[in-house]
Amino acid sequence: MGCGRVGAQLANTLDSEGNDVTILDTDAYSFDRFLSPEFHGTALLGSGIDEDMLRKAGIEKADAFIAVAHGDNRNVMACQMAKHIFHVPKVICRIYDPQRRDLYMLLGLDAVSPTTLVAQVFRDKLGI
Amino acid sequence: MYIIVIGGGQLGYHLTKALLSEGHEVLLIEKDAKTSQKLIDDLGSVAIRGDGCEASILAKAGTSRADMLVAVTGDDEDNLVACQVAKNKFAVPRTIARVRNPRHEPLFRKLGVDVTVSSTSIILEHIEHEMPSHPLMHLMVMHDRGLELLEVTIPTGSTSVGKKVRELPIPAETVLSLIIHKGQKPVVPNPDTVIAAEDQVIAMAPAEAEEALRTALAGA
Repeated sequence: MGCGRVGAQLANTLDSEGNDVTILDTDAYSFDRFLSPEFHGTALLGSGIDEDMLRKAGIEKADAFIAVAHGDNRNVMACQMAKHIFHVPKVICRIYDPQRRDLYMLLGLDAVSPTTLVAQVFRDKLGI
Repeated sequence: MYIIVIGGGQLGYHLTKALLSEGHEVLLIEKDAKTSQKLIDDLGSVAIRGDGCEASILAKAGTSRADMLVAVTGDDEDNLVACQVAKNKFAVPRTIARVRNPRHEPLFRKLGVDVTVSSTSIILEHIEHEMPSHPLMHLMVMHDRGLELLEVTIPTGSTSVGKKVRELPIPAETVLSLIIHKGQKPVVPNPDTVIAAEDQVIAMAPAEAEEALRTALAGA
């Protein structure tokens, strides 16, 4: 869910590794902009917090669901749908706000905060 | 009571004013800079600017002593997260979320939101009431029990007309509570009560039995 730079790059990578990938976004332009011309998967126009759209994307058969759309809350809600309604075995959520990320980790959601990770990368690069 | 309202649109603004006039302590949190400034000009210290989903803002708002948090922004995902943060980080006893998409209601309750209010469902129900051709109306939904209080008006051409209650395929776990024959007082039906056209039947049924009940009473 989410075909921005991160979502598209991840989709391209997973696809080139031979996985069956479906990518969702609410803006068709982002597919043209970011997906590789070699992408063999499915690009689906729609919202990841819409149950019907998730079904259409084949979430009932999915082994993994990753939410990297704009907006922490959208990702959080979609991931909770994937986990609690569709029982997807592996669900990973991007949450920029580190405090929110910590809370949802406690609530059982596997979540990544790019804020914390990137800040640490910069910190390390300083080499002091 | 101390009540925190998230979202300062029309709904949040009028809700805040209503709660204040009832004598409650209220804090309204609005994310948008312009909107929140208008609210602060109007309501003073009752309104603050901030993202009601952020733990730091909720901490500033004294959420841990709040009796209730009501999230009424225009986005379902924001209302869900505000309630979850309030509930899980600040142990707010009662959280209420506005839900735009009625299909999100079961998910929200499953995820710990105490009460969901779907403006869409409420408006649909009111419109249903105004449509004479609509045989089934929702009078009340008891979410915690999974039950609905329904009113069915028997159409003239329905297969149930002239039949006794016991002859109708009423779904299991459904109770016909009252029958109001046209122009008469309500009666508690028994198995031998005969259904007539234009009767109003009040029934309590599980949500999943609604369609079967409609067919049994109002099917042609």
